[in-house]
Amino acid sequence: MMTQIVFYVFAAVLVLSATMVVCARNPVHSVLFLILAFFNAAGLFLIAGAEFLAMTLVIVYVGAVAVLFLFVVMMLDVNFARMREGVQRYAPIGGVVGGVLLVELIMAFTHWRVATNIDQVGHLVPSSPTRTNTAALGDVLYTHYIFLFQSCALVLLVAMIGAIVLTLRDRPTGRRQNIDRQHDRTAADSLEMLQVPLGAGVAAQGGFLRPHTSYDVAAVPGTYGTQAWREQEMEEETQTALVVIAPATGTKGQDNA
Amino acid sequence: MHSAIEGIGLAPYLSIGAILLVLGVFGIFVNRKNVIIILMSIELILLSANINFVAFSAATGDLSGQVMTLFVLTIAAAESAIGLAIVTVYFRNRGSIEVDDITMMKG
Repeated sequence: MMTQIVFYVFAAVLVLSATMVVCARNPVHSVLFLILAFFNAAGLFLIAGAEFLAMTLVIVYVGAVAVLFLFVVMMLDVNFARMREGVQRYAPIGGVVGGVLLVELIMAFTHWRVATNIDQVGHLVPSSPTRTNTAALGDVLYTHYIFLFQSCALVLLVAMIGAIVLTLRDRPTGRRQNIDRQHDRTAADSLEMLQVPLGAGVAAQGGFLRPHTSYDVAAVPGTYGTQAWREQEMEEETQTALVVIAPATGTKGQDNA
Repeated sequence: MHSAIEGIGLAPYLSIGAILLVLGVFGIFVNRKNVIIILMSIELILLSANINFVAFSAATGDLSGQVMTLFVLTIAAAESAIGLAIVTVYFRNRGSIEVDDITMMKG
């Protein structure tokens, strides 16, 4: 009885927060409701005995994916007021498609039954008094499903590289480490012993400004910051770009990086 | 029917999954101005698939469903990372994240 009450509380909050994800005016609220929805789904998983998955859901979604969403929502300077335009226009289409889907699902649910020979299939037991759910999952994950597991790792690798490649911008003003130059440096290049006369102060020696020249001159030519190099780099970038896209009219092209 | 969801049964779990799926599809159609909410709707749809997997896993006493859920979680995380990266780049170029503006990709 207690389990049922807990289940229906979790289920109700899950459905409500999922509705709010779709309907909230502010995308930040949507993300927060998504977090709530995933917490409640983790509760449902716990009731179903999938302890490891429940914890994974909380860690992966609340800890990583939701924060990623929150980060992007806050980073993009979007006009929230314009976001809700068109909801009235598209709500009927969405309602019709969703309704058709719901009816189809109800028809499917009312007409299926478990195969009669389900007990003859060899089962991997989810958990037993002597073996926890996590241990049982680990047993099959690294044996029966090792290839799928490895492919998942590859998918994550591709996703990581893809996300980096998509968002990384090689900006000419970025300061980059030049390891050869660091190793070639000697103390004499950057240090200078000064005899400071008593009472005269360092101003007479040219002050404490080191290096004596500006950074643009002191840097290895072409590695950092000189204006001519920067311009040349920008020019190359515009020439090699496949498509040069003008910013959309009426909106400001944001540069948030 | 085995252990864990004995007191509740399979049907409530499947209903929750169905409701989440419909909500996700509805969200994709309604939020035409915001790609990020569409991505969140896709997360909801994948979550509904996960709930179904876990429910059947518990009902039949077979671990395979939970393993599949783990893989779906992985794919969902990868998908949202790539999707958000594309949204970021798109916003950088166009200054908006409206679905209707993406028609410029038409030839």
